[in-house]
Amino acid sequence: MHSAVQRANTVATIAAILLATICAAASFLDAFNSPSLQAHVQVVKINRFRRQLDGNDEVKMTLKMSMDLTSLFTWNTKQVFVFLAAEYETDTNSLNQVSLWDHIVQEKERASFQVKVPTKYPLIDQGTNLRGKKVGLVLHWHIMPISGRMIQGKMPLSNFSLPDSYTTRS
Amino acid sequence: MDRIKFLGDVKIRPTLIQLLNLGMIICSALMIWKGLMCITGCESPVVVVLTGSMEPGFKRGDILFLHMNKEPIRAGEIVVYNVDGRDIPIVHRVIKAHERRDTGEIDILTKGDNNQVDDITLYSGGQLWLNRHHIIGRAIGYLPYVGYLTIIMTEMPIVKYLLIGVLALLVITSEE
Repeated sequence: MHSAVQRANTVATIAAILLATICAAASFLDAFNSPSLQAHVQVVKINRFRRQLDGNDEVKMTLKMSMDLTSLFTWNTKQVFVFLAAEYETDTNSLNQVSLWDHIVQEKERASFQVKVPTKYPLIDQGTNLRGKKVGLVLHWHIMPISGRMIQGKMPLSNFSLPDSYTTRS
Repeated sequence: MDRIKFLGDVKIRPTLIQLLNLGMIICSALMIWKGLMCITGCESPVVVVLTGSMEPGFKRGDILFLHMNKEPIRAGEIVVYNVDGRDIPIVHRVIKAHERRDTGEIDILTKGDNNQVDDITLYSGGQLWLNRHHIIGRAIGYLPYVGYLTIIMTEMPIVKYLLIGVLALLVITSEE
């Protein structure tokens, strides 16, 4: 009565529709997750603060961070990409955001941790504005789902001021 | 002789109808694609991940849904950009952003999550930063595996021709 091709076509269409509905539902439910995470960061030491050869300020430091990201995870979460950004403004730039450190958390069990690490990426300014500059440290996260919409968020943590003069002779 | 001529006459109209159906299907698909382009504001609202530079988040063969609007580009966003002179768009994350006070123009530096170094070597010539006009879109959604078919079709063109051939055959030979 119905050919094999017709049956295969019907099965494939229904499967596709079901899959799409499940993906959409998973993504939709994610929106109801209201995370309450805690984090703390502290600048332990400025390792190097100098002016590079091309004329831009460069800072490397050691950070001590603790955070609890478990409330960001739902069953539709594949990984959480978390990074700490130094945010500040200068005369020429209304906003500077520089990522200092990032980490990928793949399992909920490993979402609460403490680290003391040197910065993964140096804080390099467009210019020489960093002496005595007040810099805000903001924790950003990016929830990447198993399927569906990606969710971003951020939380300002602490501020710190850079020294008034370079600590290393360039 | 007569019979052959008769057969020739009868076949024309159904064939034309079949061709029209094919044309309608192609046009509908194009309309949906162009419509998506308008809604999302990007030239290519859906891209396939081609490399492993964003693993474990995105694997080869996953597809990303893109969106582009006037919102400023900020650190942490996953953007798709074209380097001047290259065809293939790159999907990486913004790790540094500097926004100029006077022009509102933004300088960004990107890096793949799975790469050791940032993308500065990928930008053309002595270019140090990406600007807004390089960005095709921001990734807002994601589906795994679906794009693998596109990768297979690009890397082994024989599959593409086979698929088109089979589809064309099915449309032409199927009865309404």
